[in-house]
Amino acid sequence: MSTERLAVRKTYKLYVGGGFPRSESGRSYPVTAVSGGFLANAARASRKDARDAVVAARKAFPGWSGATAYNRGQVLYRVAELLEGRRAQFADEVRAAEGLTRKDAAAVVDAAVDRLVWYAGWADKITQITGAANPVAGPYFNLSTSEPTGVVCALAPRESSLLGLISVVAPVVITGNTAVVAASETGPLPAVSLGEVLATSDVPGGVVNVLTGRTAEIAPALAAHMDVNGLDLAGAPGDLARELETAATHNLKRVLRPCAEDWAAEPGLTRLTHWLETKTVWHPVGT
Amino acid sequence: MTGSSSGSGTSRALGYAPAPESRSVVDIAPSYGLFIDGEFTEPADGGTFKTVNPATEEVLCEVSEAGAGDVDRAVRAARRAYERTWSRLPGSERAKYLFRIARILQERAREFAVLETLDNGKPIKESRDVDVPLSAAWFFYYAGWADKLRHATGGLPAHPLGVVGQVIPWNFPLMMLAWKVAPALACGNTVVLKPAETTPLTALLFADVCRQAELPPGVVNIVTGAGETGRAVAGHPGVDKIAFTGSTEVGKAIARQVAGTGKPVTLELGGKAANIVFDDAAVDQAVEGVVSGIFFNQGHVCCAGSRLLVQESVHEEVLAALRRRLTTLRLGDPMDKNTDIGAINSAGQLARVRELADAGEAEGAQRWSPACELPGQGYWFPPTVFTGVSQAHRIAREEIFGPVLSVLTFRTAEEAVEKANNTPYGLSAGVWTEKGSRALWTAARLRAGVVWTNTYNRFDPASPFGGYKESGYGREGGRHGLDAYLAPDGPDRRGHLGSGTGPGPGAVLEDFR
Repeated sequence: MSTERLAVRKTYKLYVGGGFPRSESGRSYPVTAVSGGFLANAARASRKDARDAVVAARKAFPGWSGATAYNRGQVLYRVAELLEGRRAQFADEVRAAEGLTRKDAAAVVDAAVDRLVWYAGWADKITQITGAANPVAGPYFNLSTSEPTGVVCALAPRESSLLGLISVVAPVVITGNTAVVAASETGPLPAVSLGEVLATSDVPGGVVNVLTGRTAEIAPALAAHMDVNGLDLAGAPGDLARELETAATHNLKRVLRPCAEDWAAEPGLTRLTHWLETKTVWHPVGT
Repeated sequence: MTGSSSGSGTSRALGYAPAPESRSVVDIAPSYGLFIDGEFTEPADGGTFKTVNPATEEVLCEVSEAGAGDVDRAVRAARRAYERTWSRLPGSERAKYLFRIARILQERAREFAVLETLDNGKPIKESRDVDVPLSAAWFFYYAGWADKLRHATGGLPAHPLGVVGQVIPWNFPLMMLAWKVAPALACGNTVVLKPAETTPLTALLFADVCRQAELPPGVVNIVTGAGETGRAVAGHPGVDKIAFTGSTEVGKAIARQVAGTGKPVTLELGGKAANIVFDDAAVDQAVEGVVSGIFFNQGHVCCAGSRLLVQESVHEEVLAALRRRLTTLRLGDPMDKNTDIGAINSAGQLARVRELADAGEAEGAQRWSPACELPGQGYWFPPTVFTGVSQAHRIAREEIFGPVLSVLTFRTAEEAVEKANNTPYGLSAGVWTEKGSRALWTAARLRAGVVWTNTYNRFDPASPFGGYKESGYGREGGRHGLDAYLAPDGPDRRGHLGSGTGPGPGAVLEDFR
């Protein structure tokens, strides 16, 4: 008797510090397709997992922010290369998560790859746009340049599980910051798979950390964390945004407030410049 | 140290005769109203308070305290001016008003310098040579931007934000006004400004400058008062943007107040800057920089170099030179042109400085001040140096905002950077070394918005200023300073219009048409 081969299912875990731990809490939650069918049990990250992710991101910050911009551009471009090779897998996952047609899901994945390429190119150009040589009224060399703000936590858009995710994470890391991203609560599987792509690319462990679970549970821990420098509220539920922004004031995180975004449109520079600090260096001129 | 007011300087080889600036150039009224819609008006629901000369405790005059209703009147006036006049003017016309203001500030420079020194307590040579000229320069610089804004945004369309609420501190009263008002007006916004409670007078004199410049009524409104007035400005629903300079504590309170409203905020807050002296530094130059870094303006400077980090091998040499230099500083009458160190701005601030200095001693650091005679009246604190300071001491962690220097040591460049960055603040830092590669290496690793290498406390309207971390966000000065007062792709780019009242009908700047 011949039987159809039984599929080998994937265990979807967190991506923290370059590794794939389960939630320390041992919890998971069932992820369903838009059509209603069971897809997988995803890890349900705890507040402790969120703190661990921040520690990993902080640890990775000196190395990543100290890398040359050219290097960061190449590393992100390589992520695009790897994603390109796994378009079919991601199209299936996006299709299940967002209920798209096969064609539309493929287009979303293509756009996500192209978005990565677009941001990769910015690595060694953004400070040429944002920086300045300042003509001060005195014998001083005076130069303003952009530097990463530090550890940035992002709540990925709920409705756009891959393109939205990449649209918030890429500008954070291409500018030299390190990221903790809370994946779309309802469509977390593409985010976990993206972690697998990152793990096999040249992105150092800890530069991007992916948490899955309940946004309302993870987000307050990230917003209040005193070693986090920035907070992207793109995927914050409306009623939670104010509370999170308030929590972020404890150490004056740079907050990107939620707004209606068309993730398919070409991004402006806001998401890049929001995670940059301007440093101005003076030096006397003389013989 | 020489007490210039006490005459003890005559016993020293380099004694100076008193050289007081005349105060006859200023005419202080017995009381002042609020400047709203181009007129001085009595407060409707507020009271009055007195402003004193901190060097003598002499009451200078009575000033109005704006209540919530007064703030509301000011915001309405600013809204009318925004919708009917200011945002409809071509950028080139706004520019000409700002150029006028710059020129009037230059013409009345002496008056402003004397008034600033009387109200604030800073030495006349600082108000005369730093505060007032830089204030004029700020207006001159941003005047030129008003009709060139599309070049600042890379050609993208931009809008003014509308009515801007600005709250400024007492350490550089006129200069902070200029840093706030000039770019806001250049970008087409109108302003409700609250000066600090202890230093309202130059802002009120600035109201007269606005009138002399024939600035349309309501474009600049000045509401004097204390914290409650500031909260009313920041919390007013008709205010489309908040710009604040002051303490980190109040800055956080404003950020909390604004959370969820969608209002843009820029904050320029406290600091605990490290001034790093490497073993190859030119010691005399470094000591000059260290002295101006912490004792300029009595240390009432958010970017003051309040932590001196000295490489161990030159610790003794640098400290000896520093002590020698401090004995030549002249503390006393701020109106004397030879005075280096003026009065502490208020009794409250003096109490805070004393409390932290006492804590330094109690925690085991060694306190030193040059021999110093303090005037009998007014608020005074001698230049003070603490050695043997550890990173855990309060005087190494908390912003003192006074003439108190904490000295720590380091062995390697990595340790210097580690210690310099070991603070929640990130406003500024200093580096002293003759080796270019080391200066750049260090500057790149310091988490601070302004890094002075082989100099300190330099300011310029063309140069962005502002902090990392808990020193706030946003930059003032330079092209970057425009970002705080423009919505690059229109106010609704992020799905919000600030207060909901939104920009007026003339919102798209002429410069962008």
